[in-house]
Amino acid sequence: MLRNYFKIALAVLKRRKFFTFISLFGISITLAILMVTTSFVDHLTGARYPEFKRGRSLYVHMFRSSSSTMGYINSSEPTFNFLNNYVSKLKSPEMVAICSNTTKSNAYVNNKKLSLDIMYTNRAFWDVMEFKFLEGKPYTAQQIANGEFVAVISEDTRDAYFGEGVKAVGKYIESDNIQYHVIGVVKSVPITRMFSSSDIYAPYTMPKSGADSKGYMGNYMAVLLAREKSDLPKIKEEYQEMMKKLPLENPKEMDRQESYADSYVGSFVRRSGGPGSKLGTVYFVIGAITFIFMLLPTINLVNINITRIMERSSEIGVRKAFGASSGTLVIQFIVENLILTVLGGLLGLLLAAIVLGIINNSGWIPNADLSLNPMVLTISLLLCLLFGLLSGVYPAWRMSRLQIVSALKTA
Amino acid sequence: MIQLRNIEKVYKTDTIETMALHKINLEVDNGEFLSVMGPSGCGKSTLLNIMGLLDAPSKGEVTISEQLTAGFSDKALAVFRNKKLGFIFQSYHLINDLRVLDNVELPLLYRNLTAAERTALAKEALGKVGLSNRMKHFPTQLSGGQKQRVAIARAIVGQPQIILADEPTGNLDSAMGNDIMEILTQLNQREGTTIVMVTHDENMARKTHRLVRLFDGSQVL
Repeated sequence: MLRNYFKIALAVLKRRKFFTFISLFGISITLAILMVTTSFVDHLTGARYPEFKRGRSLYVHMFRSSSSTMGYINSSEPTFNFLNNYVSKLKSPEMVAICSNTTKSNAYVNNKKLSLDIMYTNRAFWDVMEFKFLEGKPYTAQQIANGEFVAVISEDTRDAYFGEGVKAVGKYIESDNIQYHVIGVVKSVPITRMFSSSDIYAPYTMPKSGADSKGYMGNYMAVLLAREKSDLPKIKEEYQEMMKKLPLENPKEMDRQESYADSYVGSFVRRSGGPGSKLGTVYFVIGAITFIFMLLPTINLVNINITRIMERSSEIGVRKAFGASSGTLVIQFIVENLILTVLGGLLGLLLAAIVLGIINNSGWIPNADLSLNPMVLTISLLLCLLFGLLSGVYPAWRMSRLQIVSALKTA
Repeated sequence: MIQLRNIEKVYKTDTIETMALHKINLEVDNGEFLSVMGPSGCGKSTLLNIMGLLDAPSKGEVTISEQLTAGFSDKALAVFRNKKLGFIFQSYHLINDLRVLDNVELPLLYRNLTAAERTALAKEALGKVGLSNRMKHFPTQLSGGQKQRVAIARAIVGQPQIILADEPTGNLDSAMGNDIMEILTQLNQREGTTIVMVTHDENMARKTHRLVRLFDGSQVL
């Protein structure tokens, strides 16, 4: 039966080349865009290198203080001081990684300037993140405490500074007049991962790290790792308890202080949307946009499908006369439509793979690792099926209502 | 085999009501070859469609193989047509996207048969109409007579007890028409299939057992 559906579906596609082209074009472009988008979203928010533990991590990168009487609001990243003295002391997280915003520094290779990002971190940073070490290892707590001038550099930095593939561990890298002893080289991280992407990683005890800033507002961030995913609510709760007890930094002017430990996406939503924004609303809006985006080609496809199916009224009449029930025919036409969508999906997949390949190789996003991973593929496949059903059900239903006699007559 | 009692068919539009069939009472015996004649628009095809359960009468009862068909669900009707009835149309109604063999297999798709069983039966049916050598062709590659023979193969492949033919020779020249008539006659004689045929052609009608004439929706003979 299925083989037969397949045969006729292909025959129909071949016969109406122009319709087929329009349908496939619509489906494949839409799906390709969706797949590329999903891949981008996955690239930005998924548990990817080296932040594989995102699922059981909470992120802190905002501290906000405000005055309810004057209406002032100050907001920035927290200080190392706040993160180290209050957040690190929380009991429920397994560990707390602390890292700075990257700062630009200049290095010189053969009289050529090389702009390098430096990120200052604590020891736990290396345990929360799962970097791939190509050489050497991370700095120890002891090295940090001693204020040793050690650094881990990225593969790209090594290639640019020491030469491609040249061993760097044991050598020195000088940036902004500070010499660091290179003790490790890690695989480079895409620039889109602000908690882990840098060219040089150094201990927070370095001179220009800014870790000595007093107060709560500075340029550091933290990742709180839970032992298990189920601990996350408990950590959030403990975090808020800690915030309630936190002494006011400037009681005369600011009477309110806020900071949150949120999921990765949630933390950005909170930061960009203000205190009241809800993650659910954001997902809803994204969902609505996707739906509308898919609706347009679907309506177009519904139209094409109706014309296409009604053209085949003779076939419908004959099939009904020879024993096909309306239900069987509906299934046949939906299956045919699914075949078309799956074909479009495969084409879309190919297009998406090409587009992602181009983006990955273009250097628009350094070290981008956009890919059609299993999650992206599954989502795309589901979208494909949804698309096929959405655009196939209505025409099939209309067709099945056709009376045999009129179906045969109009042919 | 087929009993029609007080069949009436009325077509209604917003302004007009047309009586297509008026109090038709007709019995077709098992193994009979019956022809229905009458001028265009007299209701011949409507009558055949009602017999074939392709259309429902406005009034009256249709009994086939001693089963009253009123009140059958869409699904039950589909199963019933599939098992008991075969159709031949004036304009063949073959599916141009499918090869001859697949066209003939079509009624078997709605039965629980394996692909191999379907193919075997379809080949046998094509053999009976002398088209074994055209199985891989598409309908558009065939002559009118050949197309109608494919349609006959499709009608008989499920071995129905009744075949309903709506002007099967209407689009064919007399030689081809005679071929088709020959096949139908043999089917009736050898296999005992009951056949009801609508025709315009007196010569064809004369080759059947009995002739029914319609005029303005009423039976006149």
